[in-house]
Amino acid sequence: MIRFASLQFRMQAAVAFGALAVIAVVLGLTGPHLAHLYHATVATCGAHGNCSSATAAFLSNDRLLQDLGNVVIALPAIIGIFWGAPLVARELETGTHRLAWTQSVTRTRWIAVKLGLVGLASIAVAGLSSLMMTWWSSPIDRVNMNRFTSVFDQRGIVPIGYAAFAFALGVTAGVLIRRTLPAMATALVGFVVVRVAVTFWVRPHLESPVHATSVLHMTSGMGFNQTNNGPLSVTGGHGGAWVFSDRIVDQAGHAVGGGFLSQGACLQNRAAAACIGKLREVLVYQPPSRYWAFQGYEMAIFLGLAVICGAFCFWWMRRRIS
Amino acid sequence: MIEFQLDAASGVATYLQLVQQVHQALQLGLLEPGDQLPTAQQVVAKLAINPNTVLKAYRDLEREGLVQPRPGLGTFVIRSLPGTDPTTLNRFLATLTDWLGSARAAGLGPDDIEAIYRTAIRNYFAEGVA
Amino acid sequence: MTAALETNGLGKQYGRRWALHDCTLSIPTGKVVGLVGPNGAGKTTLLHLAVGLMAPTSGTITVLGGEPGDGPTQLARVGFVAQDTPTYAGLSIAKHLRMGAWLNPTWDGDLAKRRIEQLGLDPRQKTGSLSGGQRAQVALTLAIAKRPELLLLDEPVAALDPLARREFLQSLMEVVAEHGVTVVLSSHLVADLERVCDFLVVLVTSHVQLAGEVGTLLASHHRLSGPRRDPSSLPASQQVIEESHTDKQSTLLVRSDGPILDPAWTVKPVTLDDLVLAYMGQARDTERVPHQGLSVI
Repeated sequence: MIRFASLQFRMQAAVAFGALAVIAVVLGLTGPHLAHLYHATVATCGAHGNCSSATAAFLSNDRLLQDLGNVVIALPAIIGIFWGAPLVARELETGTHRLAWTQSVTRTRWIAVKLGLVGLASIAVAGLSSLMMTWWSSPIDRVNMNRFTSVFDQRGIVPIGYAAFAFALGVTAGVLIRRTLPAMATALVGFVVVRVAVTFWVRPHLESPVHATSVLHMTSGMGFNQTNNGPLSVTGGHGGAWVFSDRIVDQAGHAVGGGFLSQGACLQNRAAAACIGKLREVLVYQPPSRYWAFQGYEMAIFLGLAVICGAFCFWWMRRRIS
Repeated sequence: MIEFQLDAASGVATYLQLVQQVHQALQLGLLEPGDQLPTAQQVVAKLAINPNTVLKAYRDLEREGLVQPRPGLGTFVIRSLPGTDPTTLNRFLATLTDWLGSARAAGLGPDDIEAIYRTAIRNYFAEGVA
Repeated sequence: MTAALETNGLGKQYGRRWALHDCTLSIPTGKVVGLVGPNGAGKTTLLHLAVGLMAPTSGTITVLGGEPGDGPTQLARVGFVAQDTPTYAGLSIAKHLRMGAWLNPTWDGDLAKRRIEQLGLDPRQKTGSLSGGQRAQVALTLAIAKRPELLLLDEPVAALDPLARREFLQSLMEVVAEHGVTVVLSSHLVADLERVCDFLVVLVTSHVQLAGEVGTLLASHHRLSGPRRDPSSLPASQQVIEESHTDKQSTLLVRSDGPILDPAWTVKPVTLDDLVLAYMGQARDTERVPHQGLSVI
């Protein structure tokens, strides 16, 4: 059965691993240069005092390849749709299930091997592409310090979970809907809904965020931000943490508005430090040290969902469908 | 080797047609003792009939003492049919020729004669118990 | 001796409709069985139940003494060709044969290769580019190369032209002669039944109307013609299946276990085709009256 499943899968595997090889070559050729550039310019910028211009120059490199990260986001969905949905649906649609399930292999063995083989392939593709992208982008991510926030789902191990779930969801959609194109559409929608739900409603609560109040200490790269005459907040300087909320308060604990900064005392250079020293920063955040824990939790959640979908498909196969 | 034909429209059972064709072949001298009958596989590959039908026909012929199966080798003719005496054949040929003459004189054409002949044969050999 | 296929009160329901209802059959081994009936009569349903693609709603079915689809051994004993002979259009014939070898422990590779050669097919050709007749032959090869004891074919010749149909039947009969498989062949066409089948099952409107050995069926049915008569005046042992009347004459198709002794009738035998048509007509005419079981002879 494994050999036959591989035979059926060979075209799709060739396309995926071929594309992966191309990406590997491209990233492999440009990656070391990027790292070198980082060490030459940004890593030492502190000594030269030109960090903002150095980082800007650095980040403008290989813009196109940075967008490759978007491929890593899209990959699980694509895999789920193109590999998962047709797995059973195509057989049902073309009637070949009446050929496949009357050979000397039981239906449960058939679905187990297909789920296992293609599922592992999906995980491999997602894992390899994420690995390559994470390696290649590590200098950039270090500069942007956003791996816990905007690029969380394109790096590390979570894409493995996404791919497994997208695939399993695709197969499930195919089993229930029994036609390839509607199953693809449903799987896509379902996958997006679950991803959005987990990102916004589950991920922030995976561990209780840290509440901290600290003396405001402005360093290079930090600045003030104000929204619509509302309270002040600080940009930068949070070193890769995932900030949920950030307020500037005075010693009495009241939020400080932008007007505070335009007071004469704070404008003067010498007095600025003392002025700012009276302020406190109230942060609600996930510290950077929790990054890998969060990656692990989210991957586990999606792997768990994948297993549930897979178990459902298995159970469904045992029932006799025509 | 004899080659069987099947007349699906004749209303005669398939196995019976096979038996009759062997009888006719024996009578005409096309089959002689020692000749092998085609295997069931050969017959059905050409005629697309149930192999059991062939086996049934051969069993009937065996019961009549005309053929004998030799395991692993095939089914062989062991006896010829007593051919009908030529005098008898000629006598009936004459009777039939006279009849044909009367029929033509009455105005019957070849198609009418054919129809009468076929109906008579069908009715005579196919009629069941009344 | 174990029956090839045995059912007891078998039924399959979809929503509110019964595709098959109260089906009780016993099909012996070593026969070529014709499963005849119009489209929608339940033939495909019965075959799908027999290979384990479906589970019954009511009643039981055993195939070669085992439960359909129950494990690799049972699956290996039954060969199946579904309607429209599905194959993987993108795979070549050779790859299909490899699939057969991988998925069937009882696969006879030499037999499969020989058959494909005999059929004059190029193994490298993709099955999607074959004609209907060629695809049917490939599907048959796949089903028989695993050396099953029972072969189930769902309308294998319905979509074929007459020549392809004849070649398929020749092929099939050769297989039966060579390997002694039991064959159940479903068809909504009535022609060619007598030459191929020695056991018959007639299914109409989800019920079994008639089932039995062909020889017995033909011996117990007669066509009676004579002066005009009311069919209810016939003795109870003679069951009227089909009747037609002119103002002076009646022609009846009756089923009777004993001889017809009434001298008023001219008695003729019935062809199998006419017999099946008569039962199909009777079922259609009495469709509203629920059937009690079947006529097994």
